[in-house]
Amino acid sequence: MFSFKPDRSQYPAPGPDGKLEVDLETGKYLKLWHGPNHPGITGNMSVELTVCGDEVVEGKTHVGYLHRGFEKLMERRTFIQVFPIVCRVCVPEPDFNEYCYAAAVEELAGIEVPEMASWIRTLILEMGRFNSYMMAMGGISGALGLGVVGQWMTYVRDIMLDRFEELTGARIYHMFILPGGVRAHLPEGFEARMEEVLQTAERYLADAENLMFKSSVFKTRTQGVGVIDPALFERFGVTGPNARAGGVAKDVRKDSPYLVYDQLEFTVHTEEASDIYARTLVRYKDLLETIQLIRQILRKMPKEGEVMTNLPNVLHWKIPRGETYIKGESSRGEYGYYLVTDGTGYPRRVNVRGPSYTHAMALLEHLIPGTNISDVAALMVSLHTYPPEIER
Amino acid sequence: MSLRDVLSPFTAWKHVIDDPVTIKDPFNRPGADRYRGFHQNDMDKCIGCGSCEEICQNAAIDMVPVEGQHAGPGDSGLRPMIDYGRCCWCALCVDVCMTGSLTMSNEYTWVDSDPDAFRFVPGADGKSWDLDVKGYQREDVRRLTGTTRAPMGEMPAEERIGNFCEIVDGFTPEQAVIEADRCVECGLCVATCPAHMDIPDYIAKVRDGDFEGGLRLLYETNPFSQACGRICTHKCETTCAAMHEGDTIAIRWLKRAITDSVPRERYFDLIRKPDVPETGQKIAIIGAGPAGLTTAYDLARAGHKVVVFEALDKPGGMMRYGIPEYRLPYDVLDHEISVIEAMGVEIRCNMRVGKEISIDQLKTAYDAVVLSIGLHQGRSTRVPGSEKAEAAIDLLRRITAGEEVPVPEQVAVIGGGNVAMDIARSMARLQKIIYGTVGVTVTALEELDRFLADREEIEEAQEEGCVIYPARGPQEITVAGDTVTGLRTWKVKAIFDEEGRFAPKYDETDEMIHPAGMVVEAIGQMSDISLLGADLTEQLEWNRGRIMIDSEGQTSEPWLWAAGDVTSGPDVIHAVADGHRVARSVGKMLAAKREKLQ
Repeated sequence: MFSFKPDRSQYPAPGPDGKLEVDLETGKYLKLWHGPNHPGITGNMSVELTVCGDEVVEGKTHVGYLHRGFEKLMERRTFIQVFPIVCRVCVPEPDFNEYCYAAAVEELAGIEVPEMASWIRTLILEMGRFNSYMMAMGGISGALGLGVVGQWMTYVRDIMLDRFEELTGARIYHMFILPGGVRAHLPEGFEARMEEVLQTAERYLADAENLMFKSSVFKTRTQGVGVIDPALFERFGVTGPNARAGGVAKDVRKDSPYLVYDQLEFTVHTEEASDIYARTLVRYKDLLETIQLIRQILRKMPKEGEVMTNLPNVLHWKIPRGETYIKGESSRGEYGYYLVTDGTGYPRRVNVRGPSYTHAMALLEHLIPGTNISDVAALMVSLHTYPPEIER
Repeated sequence: MSLRDVLSPFTAWKHVIDDPVTIKDPFNRPGADRYRGFHQNDMDKCIGCGSCEEICQNAAIDMVPVEGQHAGPGDSGLRPMIDYGRCCWCALCVDVCMTGSLTMSNEYTWVDSDPDAFRFVPGADGKSWDLDVKGYQREDVRRLTGTTRAPMGEMPAEERIGNFCEIVDGFTPEQAVIEADRCVECGLCVATCPAHMDIPDYIAKVRDGDFEGGLRLLYETNPFSQACGRICTHKCETTCAAMHEGDTIAIRWLKRAITDSVPRERYFDLIRKPDVPETGQKIAIIGAGPAGLTTAYDLARAGHKVVVFEALDKPGGMMRYGIPEYRLPYDVLDHEISVIEAMGVEIRCNMRVGKEISIDQLKTAYDAVVLSIGLHQGRSTRVPGSEKAEAAIDLLRRITAGEEVPVPEQVAVIGGGNVAMDIARSMARLQKIIYGTVGVTVTALEELDRFLADREEIEEAQEEGCVIYPARGPQEITVAGDTVTGLRTWKVKAIFDEEGRFAPKYDETDEMIHPAGMVVEAIGQMSDISLLGADLTEQLEWNRGRIMIDSEGQTSEPWLWAAGDVTSGPDVIHAVADGHRVARSVGKMLAAKREKLQ
């Protein structure tokens, strides 16, 4: 009765290789730049679309607008001086960079982190995940014209940033997880204020559910659109919610627990459809899981203890030759830092493995042909990618 | 798809009457209690060590001179200027701050049309947030640079009291590397060291495990690095930036670690005489103590012929005859001096100027003469019976020379300086060896916390069984016939009068008799200037009993310089610094002389 499916029969069918023949001279096709300044793009990147009518025939991803050469910069900084840089690799969820870098340094330098610090780190990572999912939920709604959900999510994210501010001393670049621990204990009364935020979030999420997962418009625009064949997951290195939406229960927190995740109870949610709807739903469920995880952490964490260990003199800190890869489950999938040291006071190589690199470039190019122009933004946001992370 | 799916989005309308959630006036929204906002700096607490500048990865901090802040001991006089166009508010500068003076306020909004306004010196360029109590401060102690000194082995008191063996083991190379790691290379110590040794540089060599490189650096500024590595008064450590929230860096022991780690025979390869032409000019130096030998070392390396005349059996001066062997073993000193001799310095021992050779002869035969005779005569309290007292400096010399020294079961020492501790601890050792017990009493005018002796000397003396009576003034050395029986003291009420002059006041009702078979006076020394002769003594200018010298160490006579304790004092490192100064001055004069002849 309520079918809003567009009629796509008027567009030429793809060839046997799945691609359309593009001949711009015929006047049938048009080049269209989607981004780098576009509300449907998560950050600064662009997609060069070739369209036929309103159907996209081909999409080429273009990145580089945000390139600041972080990995190279890190090779010119002492181990402690890298600490303020790493967070910038991913703006909406910077804490993963801080954690992965700190953990990598700690492993190679043989530093033990106090237990309290591990709990606070876990708390921060979950708070960061909360914010990142809020952004994703708001983003996907915005890309589909549901501006009001975007505003609600931004508001909830903002009050979580208040908690970040009182805990870490900053709103966006927290710079709180130092090699050796974290900078400070929880401020007094933090738990109660956090609970208020979580309750507000739950209220708004319930509202958002009505507008998204119980909305015919949202369902029509997202179900069956942007399907990633689970067979492609391995080939394109798909991890995190994008993989879980296709039925693969991958989660680094469960598969190889780090910090205190082995002491926490949580469910890894999966869906089967692997379309935009399923990916959004997995994020929504994961967000609710994150809320209960934050409550669980605050309940279970020790009430006192050291948060930071004494470091060797960081002004001339040399770390023995070695290499390590530290990974964790970010809101977008497996996030990792590969650190190589050569016995000097500077990292020999730092390589950031961000899920956005695989999701936003190769995978997107693969998924775009055959979609409608109006779906491109939703497709991009549904992959939940952050361009700064592509261009380390 | 159901009807519910069509209707449920309309539930959003329930928010239609809600107030907006945006903040109306962001300028009046205070930052969180630990927000990292604009910096504050406590000008009085800041020592200008520059650790903040060093750690800043944005190069946002420059150490600059600031009006009203003056360089002095332990303070470079510089203060951090922060460029907020570069600052990323990471607060590593706050975390690394050695004194905790640098903090951040929670003020984060400030509007100014002048971009240069955002580059200022917190604390000096007054800002509205200077007195804010909220903002980021590091949680407890400094965690980014070590605060605790590396452990070092030491002989326990009960073991060391029975011998004259060296007490401290010195750092092992591994311990030294750990200790050297704590240094932040601020260089405040360099300014404090009288000889301006390259302390952060040689500590860096220790950190890198390059002890030979470290030794070369040491000898650039100090030919008595082995001795100073053991008995230096380490003024450097009194201004070390690390002391503000932890232990000072063990600079002295690190110096020793370098000298101990290099095999002795390697010294002669590493410290070579520079390849300079011989000048043919000759310098006579009177006294083979640290000042004289440093002068000799420098001048010999500059190509001059240097002869040192020493009155005693062996060279070393007060380092050998004043400092007990348990603090500075003689073989260390012998090796140290052999390195100096390897520069071509000739040392003639048992040559007392004024006896074996006259100062006039030196004046005639040499281009310049340097007087570095030290303070080898003990001062006396002049209390009744003091003619029966022993002089500490004389006793120490006799112990070193292996002469027979009377050792009664009870000894009383007058004085609270390092020499008093040296003689007290030496006598305690001799008593222990002979009687198996220690019976040493030390009395001094000062309260214990005002003693001139190093803290560790006092503590170690007490550990070894010496009993210290602070604030007691000697009144009489009691004598029965020819034998000393004890020391009578009164409680000191005040040492100085209202005008700061030495005028001790006593509480006569509080009298004590310290029984003793020997009373030792260790209240200061003076020079034996009889070698100068009446004429020269008359010609020279004097300043309160000491030979007057100019800023370069030259006396009023153009051929005579003076260095070391005889002019200033009070320790080896000052003597070394003095030696360098005089060598420079003598070198300048000799060069001028050569130029004239050409």
